[in-house]
Amino acid sequence: MAITLTRTRRKKIHAIFVYLFLIVSSAATVLPLLWMISTSLKSGDIIFQIPPKWIPNDFHWENYYRAVTDIPFFLYLKNTVLITFFRVFAEVFMSAFVAYGFARFHFPGKNIWFLILLSTIMLPGEVTMIPVFLMFSELGWINTFKPLIVPAFFGGQAVFVFLLRQYFLTIPRELEEAALMDGASRFQIFYKIFLPLSKPALITIGIFSFQGSWNDLLGPLMYLNDSNKFTLQLGLAMFNGMTKVEWGPLMAASILVLLPTLIIFFAMQKYFVEGISVTGIKG
Amino acid sequence: MKKLKKYEGFLFISPWILGFFIFTVFPISFAFYIGFTDWNSFTEPKFIGFDNYIHLFKDDNFLNSLKVTVVYAIFAIPLGIISSLTIAVIVNMKVKGIYFFRTALYLPAVVSGVSIALLWRWILDPDYGLINLILSYIGISGPNWLGDPSWVLPSYVMMAIWGAGGGMLTYLAGLQEISRSLYESAEIDGANGWVKFRHITLPMLTPVIFYNLVMGIIGAFRKFNDAYIIGGAGNQGQFYMVYLYENAFTYYKMGYATAMAWVLFLIILLLTLLVFKTSPLWVFYSGEVEGTKNKPNR
Repeated sequence: MAITLTRTRRKKIHAIFVYLFLIVSSAATVLPLLWMISTSLKSGDIIFQIPPKWIPNDFHWENYYRAVTDIPFFLYLKNTVLITFFRVFAEVFMSAFVAYGFARFHFPGKNIWFLILLSTIMLPGEVTMIPVFLMFSELGWINTFKPLIVPAFFGGQAVFVFLLRQYFLTIPRELEEAALMDGASRFQIFYKIFLPLSKPALITIGIFSFQGSWNDLLGPLMYLNDSNKFTLQLGLAMFNGMTKVEWGPLMAASILVLLPTLIIFFAMQKYFVEGISVTGIKG
Repeated sequence: MKKLKKYEGFLFISPWILGFFIFTVFPISFAFYIGFTDWNSFTEPKFIGFDNYIHLFKDDNFLNSLKVTVVYAIFAIPLGIISSLTIAVIVNMKVKGIYFFRTALYLPAVVSGVSIALLWRWILDPDYGLINLILSYIGISGPNWLGDPSWVLPSYVMMAIWGAGGGMLTYLAGLQEISRSLYESAEIDGANGWVKFRHITLPMLTPVIFYNLVMGIIGAFRKFNDAYIIGGAGNQGQFYMVYLYENAFTYYKMGYATAMAWVLFLIILLLTLLVFKTSPLWVFYSGEVEGTKNKPNR
């Protein structure tokens, strides 16, 4: 009797500690984001009020209006969407295409190529960054979106190829054998069998690709000088560079810029969780 | 026709092979040359041998950026690993409302980019920022964070820890692969929670820790985005990549910046090799033990 009592008591203490940890760590994670929302709704003088208020008396939605008018927000949005659309499409489709080659064929030198692919995952892009920049400027591609999009069409991303290959290896061969009997081409098998069967893995990789492209700062910073060509990240960085920082509109703009990643993540969460478990992807 | 079939697979991987030559092999060979030149990219490159590399170690800004990056790595990587791992262990417990907490803690991985860098600049504001506001609740008057050289790096480490929840996925996946039977037999032997963690959970997670350590090293040395936006007093926010970027695209010293890129590559390579070399001492692969689920090497 005494033993069971202490056990339940210990369990209770344990639960209290677990919840305490969860509440404190979640609060520490979420509070900055709530503060961001709070600031985005405050007028200039309320922001610098001491002690600050979490919820302002009146909401200054005009910060959001200013966020989209002080900088050409919709132009930057259009640029970013354009770049991201092509990049995500190319990275997902081409990675899958190459992964299919590695997963389902035997050809001379395959293992060596695969080893090279793996080693390029570890190679930091900084070494190639400057020569690639000089190459694109030689081609006259500075101030165009091409340097940000075109490389993705050359085989997607090595790490995505690797993950998709692992996934494709788990797809049973019987399916394609039947299709081959019916005279389907290898490309048709890839397109009509492998891609539909890999939906969770493709969506997971798509989310990573989207985040990478949407949040890219270094690429646009290097290649886009003309302010008409800026992406949202670059525009936001320039907003930050203005001499007098106005935190209200700046936080409003920041929220608008990160909203799409948040929406896409939550809309695709179901596939994402599935994709993580099937590919063993690491964050 | 038969011969064509043999190379069909090659056809599928050919876009990548093409890309490999255009965007890796050629640029690397080119970079090897550029590193030995004095070149502003507008006039002809001038071959200067090892001068760039020699000059690096006399350049105070370079040495400072290296120091900033190394000190950041020394603190941010272990603290980040410990935080992510702790969060994953707790979040893996089956308690009520865990999905809510999981989502909240994972948020830093979902929101990133310039927005979050700007948010940090704002919440680190010494007078009106959130951090010093919360510190004032408990009677502490917070430091001038980004405005005080000695508090710049602690600010960056704090940001890294804030993002720790976003790094929990790998640990969570690792935890879920640990066989229940290991814990059950330990319980029969009377092991308590800490003993189970110390002798089962932790060893079984070493491959994941290993993976995150390597990724953490690479990430710290490549840190650019938030450092570029946030900066910091007394050059304490001038990370390696920020200085490299400035050399290349502000001062147009392509040769010098490329030399920096090679040194960066060497540092990352050596550190990664070091971690790989020491891994037999502390990384434990469950495939080595009978009766546990097989796990691919990471």
